[in-house]
Amino acid sequence: MSYITKSPWIIHYDASSCNGCDIEVLASLTPLYDVERFGIINTGNPKHADIFLITGSVNEQNKEIVQNIYAQMPEPKVVVAIGICASSGGVFRECYNVMGGVDKVIPVDVYVLGCAARPESIIDGVVKGLAVLEERQTALKEGRSIERKVVEVNRSAGKAESANESEVSL
Amino acid sequence: MGKRIVVPFGPQHPVLPEPIHLDLVLEDERVIEAIPSIGYIHRGLESLVTKRDYKNYVFVAERICGICSFIHSSGYCQGIEAVMEIDVPLRAQYLRVFWSELSRMHSHLLWLGCYADSFGFENLFMNAWRIRESVLDIMEETSGGRVIQGSCKVGGVRRDVSNTRLREIVRSLETIETQITELTEVFLNDSTVMHRTKGVGVLSESDAWKLGAAGPTLRGSGIKSDIRTTGYGAYEFLKMKPVVHHGGDCYARCMVRADELHSSIDLIRQVSDQIPDTEIEVKVTGGPNGEYFSRVEQPRGEAVHYVKGDGSKNLVRHRVRTPTCANIPPLLTMLAGCDLSDVPVIVLSIDPCISCTER
Repeated sequence: MSYITKSPWIIHYDASSCNGCDIEVLASLTPLYDVERFGIINTGNPKHADIFLITGSVNEQNKEIVQNIYAQMPEPKVVVAIGICASSGGVFRECYNVMGGVDKVIPVDVYVLGCAARPESIIDGVVKGLAVLEERQTALKEGRSIERKVVEVNRSAGKAESANESEVSL
Repeated sequence: MGKRIVVPFGPQHPVLPEPIHLDLVLEDERVIEAIPSIGYIHRGLESLVTKRDYKNYVFVAERICGICSFIHSSGYCQGIEAVMEIDVPLRAQYLRVFWSELSRMHSHLLWLGCYADSFGFENLFMNAWRIRESVLDIMEETSGGRVIQGSCKVGGVRRDVSNTRLREIVRSLETIETQITELTEVFLNDSTVMHRTKGVGVLSESDAWKLGAAGPTLRGSGIKSDIRTTGYGAYEFLKMKPVVHHGGDCYARCMVRADELHSSIDLIRQVSDQIPDTEIEVKVTGGPNGEYFSRVEQPRGEAVHYVKGDGSKNLVRHRVRTPTCANIPPLLTMLAGCDLSDVPVIVLSIDPCISCTER
C-alpha cells in the first residue's frame, strides 16, 4: 500500500477490446464502487493523466494511437493493462488482426486479469499502480532515471511471435 | 461563407467509450460534412470459427461485444440450432428471453448515462449507472457474470433459475421500475435537457428507411420495426408492442429507449408468469451441415448472424451484421448541418457500439 499525497487522474482507452472491460472501468467510477470519492477522475486529456488504463489486445490501426497517448502523458506515469486481452490476447489471441497484448506496444506496469475484469480487480490494479507511481515520483525527485522494460515488435512481420525484447531506460 | 476547417473527433475522446474517428468539416461553428474512419476495434474474430469447435465458439460469439453479449450468443446458438434442427426446450427459450431483456435494460441504462454525460449532465450519468448496478446484480446472481454471462449454449442454457426466484426478481424489478420512472422523467421533461436534445440531429422517416437505420434510431423516426415481433424463441408466446415515436430527433430516440425499459420489465413479468417446467438443455451430437440467417433484436437494433457448416466440428463461415454498422450512414446525415457543440449528443444518440461494428 502506498501513501501517495495527491489523487491520481486516469485516462482510459479501448484498444480493440470487446467493451466488457471498458464498461467495468466506467462502472468503477460510478456510485456503487465510486473511486471518484478519492479524487480519482477520468480525464480525456493525456497531459492531465497519471495512470493509463488500457483494455484490449491492440491492433495495427490503433497501435500508433496507444503510443501517442502514452508519449503525451507526463512522467511519472503508470500503465495498467485491464483484462486478459490486454495481458495476453485472451480469447482473441489467434485472430489475424491483434498484436496479443498491450506490452507488445508500450511498457506495462500492472496486469489486471479477468474476462471481463471485475470493478473490484480494476480498483485493486489501480491501487497497485499507485505504489509504482510513488516509487517513480521519488526517483524523479532524486534525479534518478526511470527503468522500464520496453518490448519492441518487429514491424515488418507485425506478429507477436517475432517480438524481440530489449532493455531500454526511458 | 466562412473558411472551411477540419476538426478531428476521436478516436480518443472523453465522450466515446470506444474509438471511432470522424473528420468534421466545419464552416464557422457548423458541420458541413462528417467523414468517418473505422477499424480501431477490428480483431477478425469471425475467422476464429475455422479454428474453434462450433460449441466452443459460443464464447467467442458472446465477446463480439461486452454490452449485448448475451443476445449475440443466443443469436449464434439460434442459428446453429436451426441448421441442426434441434428442438430447444421451452424453459430454455424463456430463460433466453429473460436474460436478453435484462441485457436490454442494462444496455439502455448504460446508454442513458453516457448520453447524459455527452451533454455534460454528470449527476444524471451517475444516477443512471446506479440503477444499472441493480440490474447487473440480478444478472450476476442468475447467470454468474456481470457483463459476460456465458450462460447460453447450443441446445439450451447452462443454468436454471427457480420459479420462486423468478417471482422474487419480478418483485425487485418493481422498485427498479419506480427508480427508472424518476430517472427518465428528467430526460424527458427537464427543460435544460430538452433544450439540448429537441430538434437536434433530425432523421426524417424517409431518410431512416432509405439509409437502412436499425433499432431505436429507426423507431425514433416513426417506423415500426422490431425483430421481436417476428416471434423468434419464446417471443412467440409473449405479448409486446414495438415502441415507436415520430420526432426523428435525439429526444425521440431517447423516448424510445426510455419506454423500452418499461416494455422489457413487462416482458420479464410475462416470462415469470408463463415459464413452463421443462428441461433446460438437450444433448447435441454431430456437426451442423447447412446455412441459416438468424435474426435477433439487440438493444441497438437488428443483428443478423449467418452461419454455414459442412457437417464437421468447425463452421465454414460465420458472419454478423450488426445494428451500429447500419446506423453509421444515418449518423452522417444527422451530423451534416449541425452545430459543433451538438456533435457528441448526436453521435451518442445512435448508441454506437464499435466493437459490434468492427468485430
